[in-house]
Amino acid sequence: MDWNTLAKALFGADHGIAQDGDFLHGSATFDGQRLAIIGTTGHAPIGVDLALAQAGKVLETMARHPGRPMLLLIDTQGQQLRRRDELLGINRAMAHLGMAIDLARRRGHRVLGLVYDQALSGGFITSGLIADACDALPEAEIRVMRIPAMARVTKLPEALLASLSESNPVFAPGVANYVAMGGVRTLWRGDLAGALREALAHAPVDDRRALDGAARGGRRLAAAVAQRVLDAA
Amino acid sequence: MSGPTSELSSAQPQGAALTPLLSYAECSARERLAHLVDAGSFHEWLPPSERLTSPHLAQLGVPSAFDDGIAIGRARLAGRTVFVAAQEGAFMGGGVGEVHGAKLVGLLRRALRDPHGERPDAVVLLAESGGVRLHEANAGLIAVSEVMRALLDVRAAGIPVVVLIGGANGCFGGMGIVARCADHVVMSDIGRLAMSGPEVIEASHGVEEFDARDRALVWRTTGGKHRWLCGDCDALVDDDVAAFRAAAIVGLDAARPVTRELLETEHALLAARARLLDGATHGDGDGDDAVALWRRLGVGDAVRISDLDVDAVRALRTL
Repeated sequence: MDWNTLAKALFGADHGIAQDGDFLHGSATFDGQRLAIIGTTGHAPIGVDLALAQAGKVLETMARHPGRPMLLLIDTQGQQLRRRDELLGINRAMAHLGMAIDLARRRGHRVLGLVYDQALSGGFITSGLIADACDALPEAEIRVMRIPAMARVTKLPEALLASLSESNPVFAPGVANYVAMGGVRTLWRGDLAGALREALAHAPVDDRRALDGAARGGRRLAAAVAQRVLDAA
Repeated sequence: MSGPTSELSSAQPQGAALTPLLSYAECSARERLAHLVDAGSFHEWLPPSERLTSPHLAQLGVPSAFDDGIAIGRARLAGRTVFVAAQEGAFMGGGVGEVHGAKLVGLLRRALRDPHGERPDAVVLLAESGGVRLHEANAGLIAVSEVMRALLDVRAAGIPVVVLIGGANGCFGGMGIVARCADHVVMSDIGRLAMSGPEVIEASHGVEEFDARDRALVWRTTGGKHRWLCGDCDALVDDDVAAFRAAAIVGLDAARPVTRELLETEHALLAARARLLDGATHGDGDGDDAVALWRRLGVGDAVRISDLDVDAVRALRTL
């Protein structure tokens, strides 16, 4: 979904969110409460500059508006694949973004991620995946890599991966698989404002994703293995 | 210490002239652990005898490992209790799958509870990883984010997390982000820390963007010396397990609580660095943009960095 259509559905035509290149930022009013909106659009590659732009807004919200909830709007093709970004320490810039979001949570900010279009690997891990919870629109796409590319890298037959992806959510792109694995909490269907209201009220603040993945059958081992480590003699 | 010899032979730590060097890069994960912590002190949780393997690899017909490529447990370091994890680069490049990631999450969570009075003085992670294991990509991606959150919980509790990077596979992808979430990062000069591997960048944007076979360029962009000069690691050591041990011991007291002030300082540093390359096309005069970046950081002898030994480079950091 186009970010502006989403913003209008959630906050009305006068939503207060600005687009600055691929960067989205602003504050919106929802049920009489101000929300900080931080995100990207245009399937943005997340490089050093875009990671810092987002982190800057998270830090600014913490400084100026303690406790203000944040909604992260996610549309990214993943990390920027450029040598300049590697030279400048893109991993450190992304860690910085993730740590800023994590600190906001610890300081009492509600932080929700919403994949409204596309989410991939490096662009996702330090945004939606480190929020209190990450939700998605049903038509969104989430993946690490497309199956043909995955087949090339792993040197496994594409047909094998495609057939396994029918039964095992760990291989295949798709928002439903991320729900089954607990990585996405829920999908926003129909009444988008109602879904945001529900998320602000009920998204957990602790990391329940492995438990959700086990309960939903998409990730059967993660929670049990972590528990075995806790119990090991 | 600075003879014109090979990297390995010039790396002899002072006062250990009779001890032969043990290359950290050439050791397996378990060998590193055995030599890094106090002798005989490593007690493994979920050891290979428990045969905890990845069901996803089995489904693909790919060989699995009884530890899923990571050893975790409790040990002592300079007499102090630490929790340790070591990723095995020889197995799937140290890639993080569901089980591998869950072992790491479990270790970090265990550091936070105190059932037997075993709260560790630090968590030490011997990282060697290409990032998410593509054979179980979705589960690996979520697992890395769970590791990040669990790691930051440990930091928030005041327990330092120390990351050591010196394996042949480097520390990439999600693990490159995890490393920079830690309190203290130790690298050898042959260690690499970054996000995307050079092959991936070359495949996306061509050999002009990043020639993955140009080893000197790869190390100038991602290697230990570069990371040290930029302040991306807290210690630069030779490729020697004893040197890593000494640096890890320093890390036991390197807790840095994550505060708004700390992140504001970090933000200013990264923003200033991002502007340093403005206007640099292919360096200022001689050298490429890595050399230009070092020069603009105020590093003396920037064109000679690749030829200098670790001791010499250690002295050149300006940050």
